[in-house]
Amino acid sequence: MSAHEPGRLEARLRERRDAGRKLLVPYVTGGLGDDWVPALEAIAAAGADAIEIGLPFSDPMMDGPTIQEASVRALAAGATPQTILGELVEADAGGVPLVVMTYYNLVARMGHRRMASLLVESGVSGAILPDLPIDEIDPWKTEADATGIETVLLAAPTTPDARLRAIVGKAEGFLYAVGVMGVTGERSSLAASATAIAARCKAITDLPVLVGIGITTPDQAAEVCQVADGVVIGSVVVRRLLDGEGPDGVAKLVASFREALDSHS
Amino acid sequence: MIALGELMREPSPSGRFGEYGGRFVPESLVPACEELDKAFHEAWGDPPFREELDFLLRTYSGRPTPVTECRRLSEMLDIRLLLKREDLNHTGSHKLNNVIGQALLARRMGKSRLVAETGAGQHGVATATAAALFGMECAVYMGAVDVERQALNVFRMKLLGATVHTVESGSRTLKDAINEALREWVGTVETTHYCIGSVMGPHPYPFVVRELQRVVGDEARGQCREILKGDPDVVVACVGGGSNAAGTFAGFVDSGARLIGVEAAGGAAMGHGIPGVVHGMRSKFIQDEAGQILEAHSISAGLDYPGVGPEHAQLGDAGRAEYFEASDDEVLAAFKLLAETEGIIPALEPAHGLAWIVREAGRGIPRGSAVLLTMSGRGDKDVALVMEKMGENS
Repeated sequence: MSAHEPGRLEARLRERRDAGRKLLVPYVTGGLGDDWVPALEAIAAAGADAIEIGLPFSDPMMDGPTIQEASVRALAAGATPQTILGELVEADAGGVPLVVMTYYNLVARMGHRRMASLLVESGVSGAILPDLPIDEIDPWKTEADATGIETVLLAAPTTPDARLRAIVGKAEGFLYAVGVMGVTGERSSLAASATAIAARCKAITDLPVLVGIGITTPDQAAEVCQVADGVVIGSVVVRRLLDGEGPDGVAKLVASFREALDSHS
Repeated sequence: MIALGELMREPSPSGRFGEYGGRFVPESLVPACEELDKAFHEAWGDPPFREELDFLLRTYSGRPTPVTECRRLSEMLDIRLLLKREDLNHTGSHKLNNVIGQALLARRMGKSRLVAETGAGQHGVATATAAALFGMECAVYMGAVDVERQALNVFRMKLLGATVHTVESGSRTLKDAINEALREWVGTVETTHYCIGSVMGPHPYPFVVRELQRVVGDEARGQCREILKGDPDVVVACVGGGSNAAGTFAGFVDSGARLIGVEAAGGAAMGHGIPGVVHGMRSKFIQDEAGQILEAHSISAGLDYPGVGPEHAQLGDAGRAEYFEASDDEVLAAFKLLAETEGIIPALEPAHGLAWIVREAGRGIPRGSAVLLTMSGRGDKDVALVMEKMGENS
C-alpha cells in the first residue's frame, strides 16, 4: 500500500480499475515518423487509459528488434528528448495521462531536476526507467517527487519476495509487472510467468498492476487480466507504425485490445 | 578527494569506485548480480576454490607468464623496456585469466551455460575455451564489423564448440555485442552466466574481473623486483574496457610507479568521455549532448569501445593513473617495430601502449627509465588486417 497521495496517473488508473475496467497502456516511440503525434492522439481516442512515450536511446538493452528499429529511425530523423517533449506540448491526448519510458543515461545527461521539470512542462505525469533499479533510484526520485512526476517501477519474475515488497513501497502510478524473462517483443503465447508475477504483485499491493513485455494479442491481454489490472502493449503497436499503418492502423489495433478487455471484465 | 591508499580495494557495498560503478540493470537481472556478488565473495575466501584456480592457471593456462627485457628496443629508445608476456598465456592473451575464474564461479552457482561478448575475439575465444574445458555450453555475441575483420577468431570459437551470433545492430562492434549479450542474458539468466570480458558492467563485475586479472600485476611486481631490484618507473597498459590495465595496475598501485593507460584515439573514453550510465555502470562514455552513445572507431577491435571500466574513471580523477591516446598510424608503426627489433608480433591492442612509449621515450619518459608494458596479447589475429593496411609499403 503506498502511503503517498496518488498523482494524476495513479489516481486515474485506480479510479478506472475500481470501476471494474481493465487497463490498457499502449507504447509509442517518440519521434518515429512524421505522424507519431497523430498516432498518439488516435491511440488515446481508441480507448487507452494511459500512454507510454519512448524517448529513444542509442543502446536500449531492454528492447528487442522492433523497438530497437523504431529507436534507430527516430534518432536518425533527429529526435531528442527536447524535440519529442516539445511536440507533446501541442498534442491532444484527450486527458489520457502520459508516461515517458526511457533509459537512465538520457536523464543523467540532462540532469534529474531539468528532466523532471521538462516532463511536467510537457504534460507528462510519470516516468519509467527500466535500467534504474530501486537501489540506484533515490537521486532521480527525489527530484521527480518534488515536481510531482510519478516513478513507475518494474517487478520481474526473478524478483524475490522481500525485494518485491521494497519495490511496491516505492512505486507510483502503477506497478509494471514484467511478464516474461526477456526483452520487449512479440510472443506467440502468453508466458506462465506473466500470470504468476501479476498474482504475486496483486497479493501485496493495492496499486494497479499492469503486465508488460510479450503481450501480443487481445486474447493474451484478456487472459492475463484475469489476474492483472491491465496490460502494457509496445512492440505490437510499434510494428504497425514501422509498417506504415499510421494512426488509423494503431487505432484499430488498440480498439481490438479495448474490446477484448471490456468483454472479459 | 580519495586517499591514494584507498584505491583499488574492494568497492562500496553498492559497487562504487568513488562516484563510478554501481548496478544499473533491469530488475530481471538484479538477483543474478546479487548471486554473483555473494558467490564471488565466498569463493574468493575459500582456499579450495583459490587452489583450483591457481592449479588451472599453472597447468592449463601456462602461468606464470614471463617478463621479457627488450634488449634492442631498449637501446633504441634509451630506456629499459620490460614486457609482461600475456601473449604467451594459453589462447594468446590475458583474457583466459578472467574466464577460468568466472567459469569456476558459474559452476559453483550451478550454471551450465556461458554467454559472452567479444570485440577482437580474444575474450570470445577464451570463453569458448573455458566452456570446452568445463563441458559447458557457450554463446558468443560479436559485432558484424568485428566478425569480418577477425574471421580467424570466429572460426576458432566455432572449433571450440561455441555458437557465434553476429550482431547487426548499432555500430556493429563491441558496444552492440554487449547490448545483445545483455538482452540474451535477460531471457536466460536462470541457467546462464554472463561472462563479461572486461572490468565493466554492473557490480560486482568490475571488481570480480579486476581481482581475476590482478595475477598479471602481482606476478609482474615480483618479476620486476628480481630483474630491476625494485619497481619500474613507469607501468603501461592499453585500455579499452581496461581489464589488462586494471589487473596490471592492481599490482603496482601502492608502488611509486607512474601508471599509464593508453586508449585508441578513436575510442578514448578517458580522454573525451563524459560521466554517464550505460551497460550497467556509471563511468565515462563518449556521448552527444542528449546522452546518445557515439560510435568508437579504431583499427583495434578490442579497443573499439566508447566507454571504460568505472575504476579507471576513478583512478584518472584521483590522478593515480594517467590516460593517453595513440592513433592508428602510430600503432601500426609500433606493431612493426616490435616485430623487427624483438621478434615479437604484438596484438594491435598492446601496440597502443608501445606506441605511447615510443612517442614519449626521452620526452615524457626520462632517459634510462625502467618501463613495464603489459603485452596483453599476441598479434596472430591481426596479421591479415595489418598486411592489408601495410599493403603499399610492405
